[in-house]
Amino acid sequence: MSGSSNSGAFRIKGAGRHTPARTARFTFDGKTYTALEGDTVASALLAHGVHLLGRSFKYHRPRGILTAGPEEPNALLDVSRDAARRQPNVRATVQEVFDGAKIASQNRWPSLKYDIGSFNDLLSPFFAAGFYYKTFMWPREAWHKLYEPIIRRAAGLGEAPKEGDPDHYASRYVHCDILIAGAGVAGLTAALSAAATGKKVILVDEQPEVGGALHYASTTIDGQDGYDWAQATAAKLKAMPNVTVLTRTTVFGYYNHGFLGLTERVTDHIALPGKDSPRERLWQVRAKKVILATGSIERHMVFANNDRPGIMLASAARSFLNHHGVAVGHSVGVYTAHDSAYEAAFDLKRAGVSIAAIVDSRSNPGEAVLSEARALGIDVLAGHSVKDTSGRLRISSMTVVRNGGANARKIKVDALIVSAGWTPSVHLFSQSRGKLRFDEANQRFLPDVYAQNSISVGACNGTDDLAELIDEAIAAGGGSVAVSGENRFEWTGGMIGAAEGAGPEHAVKAFVDFQHDVTAKDIRLAVREGMHSIEHIKRFTTNGMASDQGKLSNMHGLAIASEMLGKPIPQVGLTTFRAPYTPVTYGTLIAHSRGELFDPARKTPMHALEAAEGAEFEDVGNWRRAWYFPKRGEDMHAAVNRECKTVREVGGVFDASTLGKIEVVGPDAAAFLNLLYTNAWDTLKPGKSRYGIMTREDGFIYDDGVVGRLAEDRFHVTTTTGGAPRVLNHMEDYLQTEFPHLKVWLTSTTEQWAVIAVQGPKAREIIQPFVEGLDISNEAFPHMSVAECNVMGVPSRLFRMSFTGELGFEVNVPADFGPAVWKAIWERAQSLGACLYGTETMHVLRAEKGYIIVGQDTDGTVTPDDAGLNWAVSKKKTDFVGIRGLKRPDLVRDGRKQLVGLLTKDPKEVLEEGGQIVADPNQPKPMTMLGHVTSSYWSENLGRSIAIALVAGGRARMGETLYVPMADKTIAVEVTDMVFVDKEGGRING
Amino acid sequence: MLLIHCPYCEEDRSELEFRWAGEAHIARPENISAISDEEFAEFFFLRNNEKGLTYERWRHIHGCGRFFNAARDTISDKFLMTYKAGLPKQPVPASGEGETR
Repeated sequence: MSGSSNSGAFRIKGAGRHTPARTARFTFDGKTYTALEGDTVASALLAHGVHLLGRSFKYHRPRGILTAGPEEPNALLDVSRDAARRQPNVRATVQEVFDGAKIASQNRWPSLKYDIGSFNDLLSPFFAAGFYYKTFMWPREAWHKLYEPIIRRAAGLGEAPKEGDPDHYASRYVHCDILIAGAGVAGLTAALSAAATGKKVILVDEQPEVGGALHYASTTIDGQDGYDWAQATAAKLKAMPNVTVLTRTTVFGYYNHGFLGLTERVTDHIALPGKDSPRERLWQVRAKKVILATGSIERHMVFANNDRPGIMLASAARSFLNHHGVAVGHSVGVYTAHDSAYEAAFDLKRAGVSIAAIVDSRSNPGEAVLSEARALGIDVLAGHSVKDTSGRLRISSMTVVRNGGANARKIKVDALIVSAGWTPSVHLFSQSRGKLRFDEANQRFLPDVYAQNSISVGACNGTDDLAELIDEAIAAGGGSVAVSGENRFEWTGGMIGAAEGAGPEHAVKAFVDFQHDVTAKDIRLAVREGMHSIEHIKRFTTNGMASDQGKLSNMHGLAIASEMLGKPIPQVGLTTFRAPYTPVTYGTLIAHSRGELFDPARKTPMHALEAAEGAEFEDVGNWRRAWYFPKRGEDMHAAVNRECKTVREVGGVFDASTLGKIEVVGPDAAAFLNLLYTNAWDTLKPGKSRYGIMTREDGFIYDDGVVGRLAEDRFHVTTTTGGAPRVLNHMEDYLQTEFPHLKVWLTSTTEQWAVIAVQGPKAREIIQPFVEGLDISNEAFPHMSVAECNVMGVPSRLFRMSFTGELGFEVNVPADFGPAVWKAIWERAQSLGACLYGTETMHVLRAEKGYIIVGQDTDGTVTPDDAGLNWAVSKKKTDFVGIRGLKRPDLVRDGRKQLVGLLTKDPKEVLEEGGQIVADPNQPKPMTMLGHVTSSYWSENLGRSIAIALVAGGRARMGETLYVPMADKTIAVEVTDMVFVDKEGGRING
Repeated sequence: MLLIHCPYCEEDRSELEFRWAGEAHIARPENISAISDEEFAEFFFLRNNEKGLTYERWRHIHGCGRFFNAARDTISDKFLMTYKAGLPKQPVPASGEGETR
């Protein structure tokens, strides 16, 4: 064998499609190698005779390259450009080599050749299927201290990068008439046919070039080499305006209503990607019709020690030879149950590689391949099996035995290529919810009943004959084109399940799923231990899970289970194929939705000014709200105490812009609000406002807020900050579907108004100079008044209202004017000794007054009466949402939980919100719980703690002592009313 | 992702624009305050949650904002038809899906 020593000793001159003139250098575990452009990492390493690429997941067995495609379970590598651009678990058979790539093996320590973890292989009797479930059950304490840390260190494949991902990812939405998944003979032919109709076509293939099986097969199409025909066809398609051809792109998911997810790898194969290029691009395609031309995947043979480096699929060896120009060994053995492997042997033999023997488990291989083997002088052992293999880091021999015979002989090999036949790739069909049928004659599942407008063509549809396949593809495309092709050999054969010598009577390691180290024995054990459903067997053994998703292991696993269960395969059933078909990076899925764009932050118009004043912010839904305004040296507690005192003694300015606002307009506005709120609104005069409660039909509090009537037909409704969108939805629902006869128009105005609350004894003095054309004296503009006026020349809505219990105003100005008005009001407030305050102080001050917060003091099971708000429920109205629900027996019974105040016996003790309340702390567990603490704060104004709680029969318990048991102590509390400050309510009318 | 036909916009739009709104054709009783507990339970709490053909409400919340009705097969997730709110329950058209190819 002659080969260029530069790009590898196993490179065969004249073979393959790469030019020796274009090379790329990369490192593998620190050693530098030269590859040819177009190589995958797998082909480049094989060219240098490197077969050992990793260690297996559980037993740390040496593993090599099994496949030449995305189904690769073993050769998972860590590929990096730099520390941040590093990706673990990259399949060596998919990753194209680029100049400067740094590649490392995984799951080994200290080195790939001497891995301490391989000790697990000797302990394998203890690591059988389900061992996690059985071994680490007890003692319980050992779990956190011993088992979990050890398992965590040992488990997992690869190591995630620690740095943030500096690459960017793109996302695109597309509609098309026909999407074709797979650009082999079938996909390309279907595309030609579909394109001829003028429809908008997208043709997708996961490989760098189109061609599929034509990468390795000896096929002639339209009189030329199949691979060349494929490239010419792709070029022709690309030139058509109605066709998009995407390579390096995987259709990873087929979802509802013709929706497909595609991931395009844009730069992973490029040495120096342009700065503006996204690394990957997510395509979200809505296709009217989908043609599935996804081909089939070759299966391995299940026999003892079938996992040594140097053992690979026959088609993979053919790809490495015919596409990459690389021989997988000097002396290659073949173990097969299918004719296709013969063709790999023929190609290798012709390229000068010695074929040690073709071992065929069948006694009657196909006539055509047999006679060709004879003509080439290849030894065929039909009716034989490979019983075992040897070789520590790479296969060195295979042990062959006649089926049913005893005399084994060892044959020296440095590679063994295998084939148990072909599994149609029905993943996408299955994801689209199509139903499969079992093809008994060929032992395979094929598409049967379609759930969507799609059609399968070619190998994935079980169509093996090339002429038939072409006809099928042309028909699927809907156009009329002529393509002719022929294959050199007809293929027969195939088997599923364990091969001779790996049956139930043999205690050997015959791997079914390489990635998870699942052996035939494990699957039998699962059945013996009572797993009779294939879904249970899958989970117990982990067969076919993770990236495999049934590509290599499913059919073998199923056959072994079916044999053990004594049930035919269709009755055992198939596990579900899940998206994604192959792993998709998180980067692709999230595209731009990261960092600040992950979830939009809603900021009030005054946000920047508050930040400049040193505000700390808190997240309230998507809103960022000023939480408190610490002065130099103040912690949160000190700042909130100061703010609370200042508001009650002087005044405070608060940003209430996040409050939900809905404009309710129309001749029937009052009638509509009458139906949506428990209160009566027709009695509210324009210029006045009222606190309203909204219940659902079941009678529970849904939202609350102050509603101002600006005119007969116009209301300014406020909602809770978090409730605004759902309240509007709730209103729209009733307006559109239950009360469509009402003439009302609803508009969300939350973001149209900036709201500046000014509270405290000096509130009027603070805003007085800015208000134009309105007398805001107590007499002319008493508590719960509302008016349209100018503030600093800006058209405003001024509310006299209070959520603190102090004299208060809420100045609503158009959002754009918010900062200017806020600045002026704050400057004046500051000069009068007032402060800025945030949401924490707002919470304390309202709790001091017993004002509830819906969603904190209520939880969806609280009625207005439970909350002590029965006065707000109209007794005169004949209908409103909730009127019937409120009469339900459980809602009117005695002993319901009611909101009350709690005062701790020790005034310095601040209860924990959520703390449970009991009558007798010494009762046996489980204790009877009376309720829980809903709000609890330190009140600097009172010099003690205060709390609000939901307590069973609460209002009848005034003065009672109850208890809040905590982990380390029990806190005694006294039940009180909810108003802690200014019980008479005089201050509000100041 | 589902593709939903809004009967008001008369366009097929992505599921992202819509919000599900529960079972359809459950009218709020006009004399609601007079109905019995059993009738209220039937109206407010009990839902058929059928496997297969189901009538449900959707709202084109990020589009025109309108509520409408849909007939959907909960097994295949297929929308058999959509129609405007206020119309009576519509018979579903025959489906050509689920065929063997």
